[in-house]
Amino acid sequence: MDMNTLVMLLALFVLSLFLGVEMITKVPPTLHTPLMSGTNAISGITLVGALLAAGSDSSSTAVNNILGFVAVVLATLNVVGGYLVTNRMLAMFKRK
Amino acid sequence: MNLTVVNLAYLAAAILFILGIKGLSKPKTAVRGNMLSALGMLVAVVVTLFDRSIVSFEYIIAGVLIGSIIGGLMAVKVRMTSMPQMVAILNGFGGGASLAIALAEYYAKTHTSVTELMTASPFGVGALGVIAVVAISLTVLIGAVTLTGSFVAFAKLQELMKKDYGLPGGPIGNGLLLLVGLVAAVALCIDPTNATLIIVIVVVGLLLGLFLVLPIGGADMPVVIALLNSYSGIAAAFAGFILGNTVLIVAGSLVGTSGLILTKIMCVAMNRSLANVLFGKMAGSGEIISADEVYGGKVKSAGAEEVAMMLGTARRVVIVPGFGMAMAQAQHAVRELADVLEAHGCEVEYAIHPVAGRMPGHMNVLLAEAEVPYDKLVEMERINPTFEDTDVAIVIGANDVTNPMAREDKGSPIYGMPILNVDKAKTVIVIKRSLSPGFSGLPNPLFAMDHTYMVYGDGKKAVIDITAHLDLS
Repeated sequence: MDMNTLVMLLALFVLSLFLGVEMITKVPPTLHTPLMSGTNAISGITLVGALLAAGSDSSSTAVNNILGFVAVVLATLNVVGGYLVTNRMLAMFKRK
Repeated sequence: MNLTVVNLAYLAAAILFILGIKGLSKPKTAVRGNMLSALGMLVAVVVTLFDRSIVSFEYIIAGVLIGSIIGGLMAVKVRMTSMPQMVAILNGFGGGASLAIALAEYYAKTHTSVTELMTASPFGVGALGVIAVVAISLTVLIGAVTLTGSFVAFAKLQELMKKDYGLPGGPIGNGLLLLVGLVAAVALCIDPTNATLIIVIVVVGLLLGLFLVLPIGGADMPVVIALLNSYSGIAAAFAGFILGNTVLIVAGSLVGTSGLILTKIMCVAMNRSLANVLFGKMAGSGEIISADEVYGGKVKSAGAEEVAMMLGTARRVVIVPGFGMAMAQAQHAVRELADVLEAHGCEVEYAIHPVAGRMPGHMNVLLAEAEVPYDKLVEMERINPTFEDTDVAIVIGANDVTNPMAREDKGSPIYGMPILNVDKAKTVIVIKRSLSPGFSGLPNPLFAMDHTYMVYGDGKKAVIDITAHLDLS
C-alpha cells in the first residue's frame, strides 16, 4: 500500500462516517432494535478479510489458516445470525 | 479475477449496504432494505472467493458451514424477549472475527520469508510501516474489548451473572490497563517483529472488555450494547485499513456511527453522560427520601374487577410497558386487553420511553411480535402532551421512566431525566410484583398518588384477569 492509497482509504472512511450520521438519524425509534441487529450483520463484512486469511497458501503459515478459520466461523455466525434474526423482526413490523 | 472487477464489485456491495440502511428508515421498506444489505454481503463474499491468493478451501468451507448452522439455529430459535442477549453475543462474534483477522495478518507478515525480513521491515518502511502496525494494534485492541465485553453483557442479560463486579481502582485501573496496551502498541511500532508485544495487546484488550462491562448494571445495558455495536463496526473498519479493503472500511464505519448515535440517544434519554454510565454509579446527591416516607399508608391497591370497571368507562387508555412486561412475557396478553378495549370503542395507544427495556427499541419489537400495529407505538415527545386527556394509563413493568421526581425534585439523583408524564392521566393503574424500587433504587411517588391504583402480581396473569372481567361486563 502506498501513501496515495492510504489517503484515499482515509477519505472513504471519513465520508462514510458522515453518510452514516445522515442516514442513522433518520431511522425511527420503533426500528432501533432491527437497526442494531441489521448493522451488526453488516459488520460481519469482516468475513471478507477472514476468507483471505483462511484460504491463503498454507505451506508456510498454518497458524495463519487456523486464525483465519476461527475468523470465518465467527464472522459467518455474525452474518447469518444477524440477517436472519433481523428479517424475523422486520417481518413482524410489516404485517398490519 | 481482475483487481478492477473485484473493486467494482466491492463498490456495488457498499452501495447495497447503504440502500439497506436507508430502507430501515420506514417500517414498510425495512424488510426489503435488509434483503438488499444481505445481497451486498453475498456479492462481497462471492467476489472475494475468486481472489488469487485463496488457494485452499478446506478451512473456508468448514468455517462457513459451522458458522451458518449455529448462526441460523440461533436466529430461528431465539425468543423476542431475548433479543438484547442475541445482539450482544453477535457483536462479540464480530469483534472476535476482527481480532482473529488482525492476528492472522500480523502472523502472515512476520513469517513470510527470512530473506524479505533481512531486506526490509515486514510492514514496509517509514510512515507506511508504522501505520500498518498501528492499524493492527488498534484492531486487536478494539476487537478484543468487543469480544469479552459482549460476552459479559450477554451473561448479564441472560442473568447468568447477577452481581456487578468492579475492578479494584475502578476507572483508574481501567485507565492504567489501557495505558499498558497503548505503550505496547508504541513499542510494537518500534520493533514490529516482537510477538510478545502483540500478545500483551490481546490480553489487555480482553481484560479491558471484562472490566469495562462487569460493573455495569441491568438498566444501563441499552447504552453498553449500543456502544459495543459501535466497537464491532470500528474494529471492522480498522481491519479494512490493514487489508486495504474498501468495502470493510465503508461497512465498518457505517456500523460504527450507527452504534455511536444510538449510544448518544440512550444517554440523552437517561440524562447521563457516557462517562457516567461507563464509570460512575448513580450519584446519591442531596437527602434521599426513604420509601416509607413516600409510600407510608398512601398506596392503594385494586383487584382485577375494579380495574375492569375503571377501564369499562374509559374513552382513551395509554399502556406504558417496561422491562417487567418482557420478563413476564405479557406482550400478547396486553394486546388482547387492548383489542377488547378497542372493541368497546376506546382509543388505545402505547407510550414508549427510549430506554424502556434492555436495548434500544426493545419494547417495539415485543409489541410488534404481539401484532400491535407500529403506528400505535408512540414516542415519548409525542405522547407526553396527551396524558392529560387520557382516562386511564396502565403501567406494566415500568418504574424509573415514570418517576415524577425526575421532573420535580431537584435534589433527586434522577432529576432532569426525561420521563413519561403518566401521573397527568386521570387514573393510573400500575401492574407490578411489589413496591420494590427500579434500577435507580429510588421510591416512585407516582405509586402513592391519589389517582393511582396498584395491581400486585405477575404481569401476564394480572392483564389476563383484567381482560376476563372486562369481557363479562
